[in-house]
Amino acid sequence: MTQQTEQTEKIAAYAHPERLVTTEWLAEHLEDDNLVVLECNEDVLLYDTGHIPGGLKLDWHTDLNDPLTRDYIDGERFAQVMGERGIDRGTTVLLYGDKSNWWAAYALWVMTLFGHEDVRLLDGGRAKWVAEGRELTTEVPQVTPVDYPVLERDDSQVRAFKDDVLAHLGQPMVDVRSPGEFSGDLLHMPDYPQEGAMRGGHIPGARSVPWGRAANEDGTFKSRAELEAIYLQEQGLSADDDVVAYCRIGERSSHTWFVLTHLLGFEKVRNYDGSWTEWGNAVGTPVER
Amino acid sequence: MPPHESNDLPPNLAELAEDFHAVTQQERLQLLLELSRELPKPPERYAGKLDSMERVDECQSPLFLAVEVGQDAERTVNLFFEAPPEAPTTRGFAGILHEGLDGLPAQEVLDVPDDAPYRFGLSEAVSPLRMRGMVGMLARIKRQVRLRVQSLDLGAGQES
Repeated sequence: MTQQTEQTEKIAAYAHPERLVTTEWLAEHLEDDNLVVLECNEDVLLYDTGHIPGGLKLDWHTDLNDPLTRDYIDGERFAQVMGERGIDRGTTVLLYGDKSNWWAAYALWVMTLFGHEDVRLLDGGRAKWVAEGRELTTEVPQVTPVDYPVLERDDSQVRAFKDDVLAHLGQPMVDVRSPGEFSGDLLHMPDYPQEGAMRGGHIPGARSVPWGRAANEDGTFKSRAELEAIYLQEQGLSADDDVVAYCRIGERSSHTWFVLTHLLGFEKVRNYDGSWTEWGNAVGTPVER
Repeated sequence: MPPHESNDLPPNLAELAEDFHAVTQQERLQLLLELSRELPKPPERYAGKLDSMERVDECQSPLFLAVEVGQDAERTVNLFFEAPPEAPTTRGFAGILHEGLDGLPAQEVLDVPDDAPYRFGLSEAVSPLRMRGMVGMLARIKRQVRLRVQSLDLGAGQES
């Protein structure tokens, strides 16, 4: 089933329609042999309260981050995380989660660092599945572990580090945080805990396009035409631009990275996961208000 | 002092801390989940009145808190929480504080160490950032207790 393309009109219009599936599609394909469904949430306990039948938990914090270094896990650990969930290199992985798929998009982006070929998001995430009254279960599937190859993570294509961003100044950059964070009035998103940045503001030259502008009320992505109106017409970006997206720790900007890369077909978008918690604390980095 | 030392916590909170430390990391999450399920609903008088409760901004999901302090000699504290079911971690934190502090004399609540949220062995499983939600809840509970006790004491002074 690798690369099977979604057939709704909305999804077919995206640049890479194979990256997104509807709740209807998932309900029909839950039993597919080569599909592994992973739930990745901000709230670590949410999966345990009930999840999509057959779905497994992926914790962005404990499964994908190195416990010591502020970095992602290495190839060996990644192979373990995947293999113990029954995922091999050819498995179709479907990610969904809470908070409009922020963490699901983040996990999808981390899987991209390891070049996993077929990884998709559930349009609307967990909230849409629940809102539609679809089945949830607390039963955790028993998985037979498989071998996933140990691969080196490739940060060069979709990830930007602070030095990359410094070198990128003057080229297109999208700040997906709230307007208050962009202006420097707030050092964290409204209603979220203070995350210790010493300076407020934004990276010079970045455009403010809060992540939520790409989403509908129900957490689904806006249509391709609506997204083009925002990023192409209004912001003047084009699909061959070299773009860096950032937020506070890289989860909301993973959502925007997904939109630009997979829904609009931008060729080079990098997520700066160090984001404002790094930039706003780094000595000597330029800040604009 | 090791981080899980709990002899300076009120008895119920100390017992909970010991329960958490007696089990594995994964079982700790299950314990937290149980506490989230057991978190009582606020009484009728708070129904539909979230604006009469205090919002705990430190939590990553909306959590509302109400603190009542009785006029009895001990100034008995009662705690009420409202948090959505899709925020079980936040509800679990509230559950720990409810189970550990509800019904205690005001002074005992005020004496709870500010680092108490870190005594449950949850920092690794739940991430330090999320732990701040519980730190924020405890700080706000203590602040409200302090204010209410002051106001009751002031009222008592005026009466006599």
